[in-house]
Order: sequence, then structure tokens, then C-alpha cells
Amino acid sequence: MTPNKRTPRKAEVAQDQCVACGCCVKVCPLGAISVFRGIQAVVNREKCVGCGKCAAECPASVIRIREVTA
Amino acid sequence: MKNKHWYDYLWIVSLSYLILGFFNILFAWLGLLCFFIPLIIAVTQGSKGYCNRYCGRGQLFGLLGGRFGLSRKQDIPAWMRSKWFRYGFLIFFFVMFFQMLWNTYLVFAGASDLKQVVTLLWTFKLPWQWAYHGTLFHPGVAQFAFGFYSVMLTSTVLGLVTMVLFKPRSWCVYCPMGTMTQLICKVKNGSKDPSCPTANKV
Repeated sequence: MTPNKRTPRKAEVAQDQCVACGCCVKVCPLGAISVFRGIQAVVNREKCVGCGKCAAECPASVIRIREVTA
Repeated sequence: MKNKHWYDYLWIVSLSYLILGFFNILFAWLGLLCFFIPLIIAVTQGSKGYCNRYCGRGQLFGLLGGRFGLSRKQDIPAWMRSKWFRYGFLIFFFVMFFQMLWNTYLVFAGASDLKQVVTLLWTFKLPWQWAYHGTLFHPGVAQFAFGFYSVMLTSTVLGLVTMVLFKPRSWCVYCPMGTMTQLICKVKNGSKDPSCPTANKV
């Protein structure tokens, strides 16, 4: 393990408050977020690098960038 | 950046629609497309494909608030994204919509005369006679156009206000069509598990 490796960050959607507008999908540079069956946005945690573009764009402000341990 | 698609330019259609309403109110009928297409997509595909891809109004707000910087980009207040506000606004919108349909019916039935006004924010009656040049059809057809354009202009004004105050596409949070299509999708797909990775692509 490299000594200065940072904790990875991932986008996290408060799914019960998501309006499924898809603004996040449009801005994600890695195609890591999609709208699941018109109900809510879902993050693919393997692709997400936690850049925060979706969180900034989300009109409902229900996406947070969290550090993930494990 | 990702490639642009033809549907990324639908904001031009939305803008044209708003402008056309200043010249001939009968163009307002075209706005029914913004009502039926999202519903058809939601009912047949069970997705919010309209919001996610084709909504020109959302694109217009995104462009004005984003690229043109006309938005403070602040978080929307929590109550505005709450379920009771979103569903409440949907119901309010519906009631106002049916009242508009009722007024149209009255003109069709000959019980009241055509009113050449656009009602903004359900309150302010703006004289709009310059956009009416008579119609080959029944005056009721024009009455519906005035009423429907009122709905579209009102929602645009609300959307612009919340665009400036909050995020560019704040309108999407409480857009009645968005709430309704999400509701349809929930009913249609409700039991499926979003954590299933293979089901994520729609």
C-alpha cells in the first residue's frame, strides 16, 4: 500500500428523495450513474471516482460525496 | 466530454414554442406533446426517458443557469424537495388544469365567450389579443390554446425563478410531469431491487 494513498470517495444518492430527473447522468464523465427504472439514480461504485460533478448538478441536492473505508 | 446527440438540442424547440405563443396562440396546442410523450414513455417503457433525455425545458434551464451563469447554484430548501410539496404541487397543478379545461368546455358549449388573455401564475390576466387572428375552428379551440399557453408560461416563469434562486434545473424537482412520471414508474416497477447490478441499465 502506498503511503499517501487517499481514502476513495464515492457519490451516494439519498434514494428516497431522488426525483430521477437524470441531471447527474448527463454530467458524469465516467458513466457511473444511471436512473434506475425512472425511480431513482443509482451509482455504480466500481466506476465512480467521487469527482462530485453529479452532486454539484443535482437540482434536489440529494447526492453527497462520501469517503468509503473498506 | 461525451458526444452530443440530436436530443441535446431540444431546448431550441422549447424556446421556439414560448416565442411562437407571442405570435399565434394556436401554436400552444403543440405543448400537448410535452404532456403526452413523457406519459407514453413512462407507461410503455417504465422509465423517465423524457426527463432524462428529451425535456427541452430542462435543457433550457440547464443552459441559462449553467452556461450563462444565471443561477446562484444554491441548495433547494428541503421542504421544496419533500414528498408532500411535490405531490401537493402536482395536485394543485391538476386542479388548475381541470379548471382550465372547464373554461374551455364553457366556450365550446357557448356558455361563455372567448377570453383573449394569458393568465400568469393562476392570477394575473395578461392581455394577449395580438396573438389571436381568428380561427377556422370553434372559438373553444382558441380558448384551450390561451389556457394551455398560460400553464406553460406559468411553469416557465416558476422554473426561471427557482433556477435563479437555486440550481439551474430546480424546476425538475417539483415539475408535475416529472412527479407524475416517477409515480407511474414506481407503480409499474415498484418491487424491483435497485441494488441488483444487472438491472441497472434501462
